Order: sequence, then structure tokens, then C-alpha cells
Amino acid sequence: MNSAPSISSAPPPPPAQPAASPVSGKAVRPGDRIFLGLSRGSGIALLVIMAAIAAFLTVRSVIAISGDHANFLTYFEWNTSGPEPEFGIAVLAFGTVVSSVIAMVIAVPVAVGIALFISHYAPRRLASPLGYVIDLLAAVPSIIYGLWGALFLVPHLTGLFSWLDDYFGWTGIFSYADEAPRALFTVGILLAIMILPIVTSVSREVFLQAPKMHEEAALALGATRWEVIRMSVLPFGRSGIISASMLGLGRALGETMAVATVLSPSFLINLSLLNPGGGTFAQNIASKFSEADEFGQDALIASGLVLFVITLLVNGAARMIIARRKEYSGANA
Amino acid sequence: MKLLQRKNRVRALAVGALAVTGALTLSACGSDDTSGGGGAASAAKTGNIKCEGKGKLLASGSSAQKNAMDAWVQAYSGACKDTSINYQPTGSGAGITTFLQGQTAFAGSDSALKPEEVEKSKKVCQGGQAINLPMVGGPIAVGYNVPGVDSLVLDAPTLAKIFDSEITKWNDEAIKKLNPDAKLPDLKIQAFHRSDDSGTTDNFTKYLKGAAPDAWKHEPAKTWEGKGGQAASGSAGVSSQVKQTSGAISYFELSYATASKINTVKLNTGAKDPVEATVDNASKAIAEAKQVGKGSDLALKLNYTTKAEGAYPITLVTYEIACDKGNKAETLPATKSFLTYIAGKDGQNALKELGYAPLPAEIADKVRSAVASLA
Repeated sequence: MNSAPSISSAPPPPPAQPAASPVSGKAVRPGDRIFLGLSRGSGIALLVIMAAIAAFLTVRSVIAISGDHANFLTYFEWNTSGPEPEFGIAVLAFGTVVSSVIAMVIAVPVAVGIALFISHYAPRRLASPLGYVIDLLAAVPSIIYGLWGALFLVPHLTGLFSWLDDYFGWTGIFSYADEAPRALFTVGILLAIMILPIVTSVSREVFLQAPKMHEEAALALGATRWEVIRMSVLPFGRSGIISASMLGLGRALGETMAVATVLSPSFLINLSLLNPGGGTFAQNIASKFSEADEFGQDALIASGLVLFVITLLVNGAARMIIARRKEYSGANA
Repeated sequence: MKLLQRKNRVRALAVGALAVTGALTLSACGSDDTSGGGGAASAAKTGNIKCEGKGKLLASGSSAQKNAMDAWVQAYSGACKDTSINYQPTGSGAGITTFLQGQTAFAGSDSALKPEEVEKSKKVCQGGQAINLPMVGGPIAVGYNVPGVDSLVLDAPTLAKIFDSEITKWNDEAIKKLNPDAKLPDLKIQAFHRSDDSGTTDNFTKYLKGAAPDAWKHEPAKTWEGKGGQAASGSAGVSSQVKQTSGAISYFELSYATASKINTVKLNTGAKDPVEATVDNASKAIAEAKQVGKGSDLALKLNYTTKAEGAYPITLVTYEIACDKGNKAETLPATKSFLTYIAGKDGQNALKELGYAPLPAEIADKVRSAVASLA
């Protein structure tokens, strides 16, 4: 992810030229030619596959959207089987974005904290097992998270939700109507746990690459450990943290089974995050696909295309942020 | 440098060990799920199966009849070694789609074909069209979780109002009137419906619309159209929510209520006694149904306002869908012989132990003659 070179590493010695290498560049050995062909072939194949997927999605989406009797982007219902199908993605876009944002707000600070603890605070004997445990979270299949969420997390959230309602209910966002807590906030918490490992492990690797000389210099000036982290590790790792968060966000946006198991979806936007309502693209596709007729499937594919576009936009924005920050990062100091 | 290498090696080992342990633990979890259902299947008798045709029979569709299909397939392939039947419980919609594409010999569906689907089927069934053969019935139980209430009677208008968020408290006057003896608490009603599209929802809302048109204003559909309430995925999802949420009520196949020991609502249909959701009562309700299909198409329309003693009208009938004429020559003999078995006495008798309702005699006879006429 982070390709910033470390300034402490000395330039490696130039590799010894193989004696047999031909002086003229024109003589190409068969191995080279085969490898060139193979790599060019895979490159082209990749582009063709991408183009084929895009064409498939677009064609079926166009069929669906042209048969839609409501505005595809702003309509609040999903009804594809009637004689005049009406469906829109407004609720799905809202639910997808909001649940992912909640997940990011919870997961990123925690993940950065864990990563810093592992890389700079914990005794070595504790650091690596802790790292493995966090990485292990990534190995749990998402349906297991879904079942755990539905059977354990949901019944245990009532207390937290009532507490939030007591102190922050006046905001409207945290008002809670004593229903089973299967809301976007629950999904956010579950997604946060699910994206924790990827954000943590990427951040940890980046923090470990922070230039040792910077840290030592700061220590020599009398900085405390926190000051070292604040002045040298975090600035160096900033673009890495953003990249890590984007990887996590990608997973959160597309998560299907866990959301479908935990959320109580409905086609209305509820201002309160603690009351049931909303839905996400992936969850909606999973819930409706098996019983959908052909047109219904087209409609679901069209909604998938919108998710694809949202993911592209988010990733593009992240790349821009990283590109802009790169020159300020420790890597170029 | 050396130290670092050693550390890396240890780390790699540890990661490997953890991965193996993790995989073992997880796969152990996975295998638990599939172990159920085998016991009941052996109940199906293997006598009287006439084997015809050879090879592979593909079918897919309704997941509501999955358990019945599993038992039938096991009994049938035990008797007929030359035929293997592969029924994929992909859902009714997907089952109909693959059938209309000509990929399967027959489809299972929770609701009869729509007219435009019958029209489409003429392409696959050369010289004929697709017909609905009712095969499995089952009561849809309304399960509830109200502390201190073991027996609850409701009628169609009250159910409609509960599921449409018009009645929101368990001690509402309308519920009290139907249950004068029960101690109904001042508790919020949490009505759960299916978040996925489902034939169960379709049949349940058909009942609400049919029995209480004034209280239920929405059109019956696979997608939930009611106001408010909460949703969960699958029959397993809604039944586990009812189990864990105080004040909850929802609808699901009877077997889920039996398995999780959930109390079910008795229906006040206008009969002398409130009707309980049982397999026998569902069969009685199917006997009251009207045939709406023409000829050998046996699409049924249940009589939701029936007042017959012991007829439980919230009942789901699942169909097998095949071509009346123009079935593929290579799969026709096996299809006919399998459908003959499942519509026959042995096949139908096997249903009861699985929590499904056998077809009443009159309808079963019609199904058998329709199967015999397949070409």
C-alpha cells in the first residue's frame, strides 16, 4: 500500500552484472519473449474481462431503468414485480453510506490505537500475539459475524441504546423507541468490528516503517514517547492510515450477509440511527435476488452498478487525498 | 538482522498454526448445520415406487418444500438406483426462471404461475404450456412472545391491524375482547416480517387481504408492504427474533414454531372453536380451496373466509411446475415416475412427520391424474 521509501535504508550495492549478458539489447532470449507474451496476454485479458463485466452490468441496468416508472435515484420504494414497476435507490444509498460512516468513525480510531500500541508501546512478547488475534478477526466468515450479531449483539445493545437515548436523544439522531435494536447503528458497530483487522494491520505495518532516525532524533531532543509518535510516526503514517481506512471502507460498503442478518430493513429513511429503518445495496440484493423474476434481477443489478460507482468515487477521493498529502509526509523529509 | 529473521520465522509459524486451528474450529461449526433433517427422511417408505427413466433429473425452486423434497428424493433414489434427482432450493422466483429457460425438468414454487409466465412457458413446452401441480401444503403459524400469555386468540382484522401498526399495545381493547381471560400486559407490540422476498409473506398477506379486506389495505406480494414493524431475514431469522424479543409477533412455517417452542396464535375464523395451527387443520383448509386453473392446471385458490370446523386458513400450498405437453423426451419418464410417487399415498403420508400438510384426497386424486397425463 505505502510505497514511500525509508530514508534510513542505505542505497543497496549495485547488483553484479551477469557475465553472460549480451552487450547488444536486440538479442532477445526465448524466455524473455514468452514472459513478455504471457504478461501482455494477462494484461489484455484483464481489460477484456473488466469491459465485459461493465458491458453486462450496463446493458441489464439500462433495461431495468428504462422500465422504471419512478425516478431511479430518488424514489423511496422497491417494487419490481407489479405491472408498473417502481423502484429507487434513495434509501439504499443513504443506508449504505450512513452505516459505513458509523463503522469508520468507530473503527479507525480504535484501529490506529491498537496499531500504535502494537508498534510502539507494547512489550514485544505481548505485541505479536495481540497482532495475530486482531488478524484472526479477518478470518471469520461474515455469516458468522451475522449470526453472532443477530443472536448476541442485538439482544445486548438495548442498554446502550437506552443510555444514548437518555443523554443524546434530544439530537434526534439518537432517539430510541424501545424496539429490538436492529438499526443502522447496530450494523455500524458490527461493520466496525469486521473492518478492524484490515485497518489495524495496514496501519501497524506503516507505523513500523516510520524512519528510526526521526524517532531517535526526537528522543534526543527530549521528546516523550507520545511526542515522538505525534511528531514523527503519525505524520509519516498519515497517508497509510487513509489507505488502510479506504480498504476497510470498501469492505464495509459491500458487506452483505452480516448486514442482511442483523438489519431490520425497510424502505424509509429514519432520522434516528437507533430505530429500525433503511437498508444497504448489498443487503437488498441478497434479500431480493432469489425470489426476483428476470426484470427484478435487472433492477437489482442496476442498484449494484450504483454501489460500484459510489465505491469508485470514494476510492478516487481517497487517492486524491493521499496524493496531496504525500509531499508533506515524513517520507520526503 | 538475524534476530529479525528469527522473529519472522516464529511469526510465520505462529500464523500458520493459528490459521490451521481457526480453519478446524470453523469447519467444525459448519458441519453442525447440515446434520439435521436426516432422521425424518428415513420415515418415507420405499415401497410402491415405479422406476422409469434413467439419468439425472434437475429441479429447483421453493425452499419452503425443501425438507419434503429431501425426504422424497432420498426415498426415491433409494428405490430407483438409475435415477439421481437434484433439487436446488434456490427460491421460487429463481426456480421459475431456470425452468422457463429450459434448464430444469420441473420447478417448485410457493405461488401459482402468473399469466405472463404461462405465456413464456409455451417456448419451453413445445405444443403445450406449464401447469401447476399442488403437492405440499403447510400451515403458516403466527408465533408470539408475550410474558405470561400461553394462549392467545386473534382474528383476521386484529391480525391485519397488528401487522399494519394500527394496534401497538398488547393490552389493546380489540385483543382483550378476543381474550377475556388472558392477563395481557401493557407492552409494546413488535411485529416482525420477512426482510427478504418470500412466498410465506405472499401467502400471509393473501390471507390478510382475503379475510380482512377492510383492515388490510395493501396488495398481497412477496415483498412486505405493511406499515412499520421490524424485519428479519428468513423464517429462521423472524422466529429467532420472536424467541428473543419480548412483545414480538411474527409469521413463519409451523415447524419453526415447534422447533423453537414458540406459542402460536389460535385463529377465530367464525367456527365454533378457535382454530390452532396444525398440519391436520391445514389439510382441512386446503380441502375448502377452489381450483382456478383450467384443465390439468390445478392452481388453487384458498378460501380465506372459511368457517369450516377446524380449518386453519393461513395455509401455504406449494406447487410443482411442469409442462403438460412438450416435456423433454430424455427426462419425461423419470419426471413422471417421481411426481407419481410424491403425489401418491406413500409420498403424501411421508409429509406429516415433517410438519407439512398432505393434500386432501379429492385434490390428490386430481393431481395424480394430471401427472399421469403429462407428455
